[in-house]
Amino acid sequence: MAKLTIPSQELMYAGHSACPGCGPALSMRLLLKGLGPRTIVSVPACCWTVIDTPYPTTALRVGFLDNPIEATGASLSGLRAAADALGMKDVNIVGFAGDGGTVDIGLQALSGMLERRTNAIYVMYDNEAYMNTGIQRSGATPWGAWTTTTPISGGLHGKPEPKKDIMAIVLAHHPAYAATINPSFPEDFDRKVERARDIVGPRFFHLFTPCPPGWKFDSAQTIALGRLATDTGLFPLYEVVDGQLHITRKTGQLKPVAEYLAAQGRFRHLTPADVEQIQVQVRSDWQRLLQREREDLSLPH
Amino acid sequence: MVQKVLSGNYAQSYAALLARVQVVSAYPITPQTSIVEKLADFVATGELPAQFVKVESEHSALQVCVSAAALGARTYTATSSQGLLLMHELVHWASGMRTPIVMGVVNRAVGPPWNIGADHTDSMSQRDTGWIQFYAESNQEVLDTVLQAFRLAEHPSVRLPAMVCEDAFYLSHTVEPVDVPDQATVDSFLPPRESHAVLVPGQAMRLGSFTGPDHYVDFRREVADAMMRVPKVFEEVEADYERIIGRSHGGALPTYRTEGADAILVTMGTATTTARSVVDELRAEGRKVGLAKLRLFRPFPEDEVRRLAASADRIGVADRSYTFGRMGPAATEVSAALYTAPRHPAVTCFLTGIGGRDVTPHEVRHVFETLLSDEEPRTHWQDIEEEGVKVDG
Repeated sequence: MAKLTIPSQELMYAGHSACPGCGPALSMRLLLKGLGPRTIVSVPACCWTVIDTPYPTTALRVGFLDNPIEATGASLSGLRAAADALGMKDVNIVGFAGDGGTVDIGLQALSGMLERRTNAIYVMYDNEAYMNTGIQRSGATPWGAWTTTTPISGGLHGKPEPKKDIMAIVLAHHPAYAATINPSFPEDFDRKVERARDIVGPRFFHLFTPCPPGWKFDSAQTIALGRLATDTGLFPLYEVVDGQLHITRKTGQLKPVAEYLAAQGRFRHLTPADVEQIQVQVRSDWQRLLQREREDLSLPH
Repeated sequence: MVQKVLSGNYAQSYAALLARVQVVSAYPITPQTSIVEKLADFVATGELPAQFVKVESEHSALQVCVSAAALGARTYTATSSQGLLLMHELVHWASGMRTPIVMGVVNRAVGPPWNIGADHTDSMSQRDTGWIQFYAESNQEVLDTVLQAFRLAEHPSVRLPAMVCEDAFYLSHTVEPVDVPDQATVDSFLPPRESHAVLVPGQAMRLGSFTGPDHYVDFRREVADAMMRVPKVFEEVEADYERIIGRSHGGALPTYRTEGADAILVTMGTATTTARSVVDELRAEGRKVGLAKLRLFRPFPEDEVRRLAASADRIGVADRSYTFGRMGPAATEVSAALYTAPRHPAVTCFLTGIGGRDVTPHEVRHVFETLLSDEEPRTHWQDIEEEGVKVDG
């Protein structure tokens, strides 16, 4: 049997209050394995505010700081400034924010933190809607998805706008490191976290986190659904170091997006034509990503 | 001790320097900006070995201070007007998190219409956030109060953030001689911040958290109790300051010639200096008037205000902001404090100096004359009544 590459240390207690099959809960556990105990996590209003359990308990064995929903980027700058001012060495300063708290209300603070070159890791866990408040659409909700504010009624057909491309926004700030990660691929996840841990400067993860109650799928299927998201090309895994993009999972041929969409109630209303429209978009995005990788490789480095 | 010619803004900067702040974060806004420009100079030259985080908004500026304080750093920021309003969410957060941040507030009017003159609407709208609030009369008082505010905010039985407010332009951009104590003297007054309830790398702990109604009320009550302990601690802090640095500004509500006064005017900030000279003139004319300066607005000096009622039948309050639908916020507070006093002087609210209007000796005299007349107490929009509102030319 092959030796596991995932660190055995556990920095998250079993006693947490996440839903069964929660992608963000699983991801926090993996993230902290890679970062180690000298980590302080700043968390805005999001699912993890609740998952960590109410006062006087906590589900993590590291420092946890709450911050208002739009301020995670600024909180990281404050923590790092204090660590530097107080001479604290080898501390990972980490933000763990939801998609709404990042691509919508938290975008300004994230941009500020990246532009200031704050030496910290910002993780956006993307469950593609405001889940903690009851499944309202965010800028990260994909086209066509049902949410409580994009209902399937009165001529509405799910979210009419496409998902905001947070990686493009982040990469425009030239971070020291940026990558996409998915807990369904724990080795890839851990390798990237450990790599980012040892880089100095602003670092960003776009983390894919399936949400059984929000996406309407069986909580036993979180890992399988996450694998489908990557293997259909909907959530490709890659990293960008010093501006150079490298795809970290390629499977020869992409699986049809219909498999991924059919597994979730939030896409149940989509017509075959809708599915085909998504398929065309995913194929073109994937080709663009391959092209970007080829171009980056050909550049002098 | 050296004497320097400083603006109110530079008095803030020098105080932050002498307090050895470790993290500064700020966003530019008129008329606050020169405070942090000067601090940026101190940091650039190495005179102040601090981290200066230049942020993209005031909301982020205060978040930087809250997070830095959560790790144990001594932090300072400054703002004005719209900037303070944008911070509002974090203003609550700072006190709830018990972070002893000191913030310079250069009081400026709130738009619309745009106006950069002195006005207390900005800080008054933060009245209920759990911050200690000082209002300074002079640049010397600004410097001294910022240093006192750090000691008070970090005191183990307080641990609350503090604002030191100064009037736009009358203090912020007006220079006057200021005694600047030397570093060693300040160090003996203000030791390094004691680490308490801060995050420590490698240790499990949560700051902030969430609670049901059971624990939530406990946390609110703790903030409330800490605030009520401020008056006594402030007395000790100011006595220590006087002993070590040699100056006192007379506590929460310093009074002037109130003995046997029929009418007392309560002022805040720079209006006080003008009013003091008018009191002298009126006293010389045999009129029994006095003055009380509301230096500490939160917590409100209730006992001191009640003592004003001992002799005076009429109390006027000069407010530099207005609570729409009520009266000036200071007048509201003074009235409430007097309700349980043994004597009940009539309270009249004078809205003076709104949006940077000058509070002139002539106007203050008119205020006292109104007070001494038998007119029924009401809210006076003094400037407008005197000069009239011109409509259509």
